[in-house]
Amino acid sequence: MSTLRVALVGGAISFRGLFGWLHPAIFVPTLIVPPIFQVLFFAYLGRAAGLESDTFYVVGNSIQLAALPGLFAMSHAINGERRSQTLAPLLASPASRVALFLGRSLPVMAIGLLVSAVSFSFGVLLLDVELPTRALPTLALAMLAATFSCTALGIAHAAVGLRVREMAVFSNLVFAVLLVFCGVNVPLGDLPSWMSGAAEGLPVTHAVQAGREVVAGSSFLSVAHLLVIELAIGAAYLAAGLVLLRLFERDARRRATIELF
Amino acid sequence: MTRIARIVALGLLIHVKHLSRNAFDVMATTIWPLVYATLAYFMFRAGSQPEALLLASLGATVMGIWSITTVGAADAIQRQRWAGVLELLVAAPTPFWAVLLPITIATSTIGIYALVSTLLWGRFLFGIPLHLEQPVIFVLAIPPTIVSIGLLGFVMASVVVRFRAGWAVGNMFEYPVWLVTGLLVPVALLPGWAEPISWLLAPTWGMRALRDAAFTGGAPLFDIAMCVVLSVAYTVIGAVLLGQFLQSARRRATLSLT
Repeated sequence: MSTLRVALVGGAISFRGLFGWLHPAIFVPTLIVPPIFQVLFFAYLGRAAGLESDTFYVVGNSIQLAALPGLFAMSHAINGERRSQTLAPLLASPASRVALFLGRSLPVMAIGLLVSAVSFSFGVLLLDVELPTRALPTLALAMLAATFSCTALGIAHAAVGLRVREMAVFSNLVFAVLLVFCGVNVPLGDLPSWMSGAAEGLPVTHAVQAGREVVAGSSFLSVAHLLVIELAIGAAYLAAGLVLLRLFERDARRRATIELF
Repeated sequence: MTRIARIVALGLLIHVKHLSRNAFDVMATTIWPLVYATLAYFMFRAGSQPEALLLASLGATVMGIWSITTVGAADAIQRQRWAGVLELLVAAPTPFWAVLLPITIATSTIGIYALVSTLLWGRFLFGIPLHLEQPVIFVLAIPPTIVSIGLLGFVMASVVVRFRAGWAVGNMFEYPVWLVTGLLVPVALLPGWAEPISWLLAPTWGMRALRDAAFTGGAPLFDIAMCVVLSVAYTVIGAVLLGQFLQSARRRATLSLT
């Protein structure tokens, strides 16, 4: 019960305190406008290159955009605590690390899903993309799966925040890797084989694939395996993230670097 | 006049050095354009226009310059605020625009890293030949392109004096300007109302100058002249706006509020 309270109440309070982008004056210019324009930019770039349809870019980018809060907000769960000088007391507390960081990830997942949904909706409206209505529930599930896996990746990369000070740089790099490798804007078949191979182990790839297949007319059952793989990849990153958090925390304690920034 | 020119020149030198030591700025300038260049290479190579690869390189370069400028310039005043020197700078006898202007130009100047990294990335990873039709004019086009983009950043910095999250506003204008100025996507593909907007934005003319110098058939000198004209206009507009917003911030006693 205590663990659940730490996860839910602690997560909600921490999110309100640390997620500095909650104010509309910051939320809209960072998490609403740029995602919409990312979708538009790549759709128009796709038209210029004569590569794929608008639907391809709307689905791909809106799902990948779940990574935006997933990466940046989760890294802030470490860096924000450090900046507020609350990281050391937090890590000194007997609270379960799993509860602490999973609790912080729940609001982030909600924001991630919102970002995906908003960028998708505006992409569809502004580009006149026609989609079968029956595809939408499964598409929403694909977004949810990507949100989970990206937030799990966010936890793994937030752990690095215990060792690296310039987390904004690192978050940008990871976001870029997802954008380039995961078949978001270039079909996996057109990427070099080592890149498409690497994409198999990254979040986003399978959710995007599932989203595109369902929009093309496939049923939920025919893409279910892709969603399961996406969730499994997310679970793997989550496990890796929790292990990394433990390792880096121990290392930071030994080096007395927890509060250095 | 000489004193102002000296302040701008020295400020430019100091801020270029300062920004070159910031890991985030250098990374954002050198690596981020490579991401878009890579995507553009794959998209154009996989699509129907493989000859557009050098154009994609140039477009990604200007995108990188605009990226670093829009966020850096919009956050320039806030950085002074956090450093606790904003009030001192505003109160100094030197006009504040002469202090802010070199910061924004310095921000776009480190876009040189983007130019070098993107062209080399394309050359060595994707085998894009660096064959420039008018190499001298291409080199001549770089400074006005960078300065005019920096001065567009100056206008942005002037507008967000009273906005504490200036970086967020800068972030918001990254993609729209990339799109509307035809850096990777021809403006002709956009809705008709986008083209007149593109004429008012320096990246449009900077990109055209580089493109027209790299390929045959354009008028790079006209594009360079447009960069110069816009630079003058941005300086005047930015200085006037900055004066107004500073006055407003002083009247409300919000200048140093973080």
